[in-house]
Amino acid sequence: MSKRVGMEVSIAAAEAVALANVDVIAAYPITPQTHIVEHLSEIVADGHLDAEFVPVESEHSAMSCCVGAAAGGARTFTSTSSQGYALMSEICYIASSLRLPIVMAVANRALSAPISIWNDHADMMMSRDTCWIQTVAENGQEVVDLLFHAFRTGEDRRVLFPVIVNLDGFILTHMIEPIILPDQEEVDRYLKPYEPQMRLDPRNPFTMGPVGMPEVYTEVKKAQDEAFKASYPVILEAWKEFGDQFGRYYKPVEAYKTEDAETILVTMGSISETAMTSIDAMRESGKKVGLVRIRLWRPFPFDDFFDAVKGAKRLVVVDRAMSFSGGCGPVCVEVKSALYDRGHYPYIHNVLGGLGGRDVTVENFAEMADDVVRAHETGAPMGYEIINVRE
Amino acid sequence: MGIAAEALKDFKSFRLKELPEVEPLGSGHRACQGCGEILALRQVMKAIGSNSIVCSATGCMEIVTSPFPQTAWNVPWLHVAFENAAAVISGVEAAYKALNRKGRIDQPDVVFIGYGGDGATADIGLQALSGALERGHNIVYVCLDNEAYMNTGIQRSSSTPYGAMTTTSPPGKKSIGQSTWKKNMAAVAAAHEIPYVATASPGYPVDLMNKAKKAALVPGPAYLHIYSPCPTGWRCDPSVAVSVSKLVVQSKVFPLFEVIDGHWTLSRKIAKPKPVSEYLKSQRRFRHLTESDIQFIQERIDAEYEELLTRCGLKSDGGESKEEKKEG
Repeated sequence: MSKRVGMEVSIAAAEAVALANVDVIAAYPITPQTHIVEHLSEIVADGHLDAEFVPVESEHSAMSCCVGAAAGGARTFTSTSSQGYALMSEICYIASSLRLPIVMAVANRALSAPISIWNDHADMMMSRDTCWIQTVAENGQEVVDLLFHAFRTGEDRRVLFPVIVNLDGFILTHMIEPIILPDQEEVDRYLKPYEPQMRLDPRNPFTMGPVGMPEVYTEVKKAQDEAFKASYPVILEAWKEFGDQFGRYYKPVEAYKTEDAETILVTMGSISETAMTSIDAMRESGKKVGLVRIRLWRPFPFDDFFDAVKGAKRLVVVDRAMSFSGGCGPVCVEVKSALYDRGHYPYIHNVLGGLGGRDVTVENFAEMADDVVRAHETGAPMGYEIINVRE
Repeated sequence: MGIAAEALKDFKSFRLKELPEVEPLGSGHRACQGCGEILALRQVMKAIGSNSIVCSATGCMEIVTSPFPQTAWNVPWLHVAFENAAAVISGVEAAYKALNRKGRIDQPDVVFIGYGGDGATADIGLQALSGALERGHNIVYVCLDNEAYMNTGIQRSSSTPYGAMTTTSPPGKKSIGQSTWKKNMAAVAAAHEIPYVATASPGYPVDLMNKAKKAALVPGPAYLHIYSPCPTGWRCDPSVAVSVSKLVVQSKVFPLFEVIDGHWTLSRKIAKPKPVSEYLKSQRRFRHLTESDIQFIQERIDAEYEELLTRCGLKSDGGESKEEKKEG
């Protein structure tokens, strides 16, 4: 049976990809993603994983190579961050439209300028509409588990979409955590060998990536949207089966101390653990505060999210990316859609924080929870606020 | 003996009267009347045959062969984007390599072909191509050079010849038209020290097909740079694609050569070259050029040809070989 050992999360991610027995890895270095592909190249170099490691000359070619490899029938992986993700984003749209189940780990990092190698969610939000399934990890164990889930879900013939596992740059990628790596036999039981529905094969030729004239383009996009939404129950099913086998159950949104909560904080990623620490302290002083963490970012879990927050009078939605001059940050947009479309109008305050590597602390969460009560009671207009700004 | 020479030591040339009947790129495409590019691509595919996978860059050859739900392709064909055909085909090759090695498939002889126009190759796709060549994938990359961005409406590229009129290099009081010399893309590819590089013209189909077959036979990357007349963009009659494809070689404007394991070989020595003016006057894209402009071009063409002969270890007084005469 697998045991819990301390290791850097990037190393664990690479080990998970190797356990998934990928066939082709194409990657280009960018901080803070590099440890993942460095370790993968070591695993291949040592002969522990029989795969082609293609050291491409850019992230654009990394994704292009992955598209070719996946179309050729290979289980395919890459990893990137920030500017590299921006560079490859043209091809990310095509990968999903061609229905190729590539898996990518995105070590979330701020976008330039000014150039910043540090963590926020700008890159995740930039590629929000690429039609990739996107999960967001809270800790190292979740990174590993979500990677297995990514291959399993993306390759399911009811899905056939590429999948991103988001993990916070440095905060997760460079952290040493106790992690359980399953053994090969267990992984093989969860993740069957990849059998592509269609692959480029001279014995059975087909044309892939043809021109879509105005007579067909809209129909293709509608079909893609329907298929993407239909991936939702399969995503849940794959988590259920993961839980049944490994004992760790995952859901699209996680609720923490929300049963009687009047104020709910909404977060994504690693800051959620900081928020929980803060909530524990607030609960001890009698404040009715809880946390809802979004794990599945795309397709967005509207119903599950609504059910998780519908009892609260007030929400504080924490965004870690700017939507310049928008009414609120990108996560808050979805939150408002989930609630307003269902005729539910709690007081919502949007906090933009943790940009470019700035910490969001336990104290910050306590302040947010207090501030939103005050704002709600005084009838302050709803809006967004950038926190921790030196002015 | 280098790896390409070793792979080609028993090479059998095609014969004009016994060309393969296979048509991996079939009829029914929507190329313009008299398109030299589709002609060149058809010749490449006939030579390499059906056990192949093709990745296309965005461009005329992509648009005209794949309007959904129709396709002109009888082999697996993948189009992803404009600048990445070399990267995509390198991924397909990597997949086959891994899956063959892991025993999941048994198809070791598939030929992997990437192609793009001159813009997709020499401009926007140069980085992806350089990466794929440098990494040593077993691929054939084909540049179908019609000397401008024809699909978007005849804009200049780095492969547009000096003096040519395009919609973004218009001649005028202060412009000769294209003001820069054509990028020598075959030499750029050869500088990667890959096993096989060749230039070809569809006016010499047996030579072109031989080179395509050789490109497929050598292990590792091979690069073909193929002159591809575009009557629409060059402002000439649709009937002239084949004749200008010969004239461009005979006037030394587009010499035919191979670089095998780094050794440069002239495919067709031009003993009695036709004047460059004859070539330029065959297309209205050059009609604004003055005698002195043409003289300038003639001198540079002559100098470049001499340089090529030197690279090929030849002097400038030889004649055409017997084998090549058959096609002429």
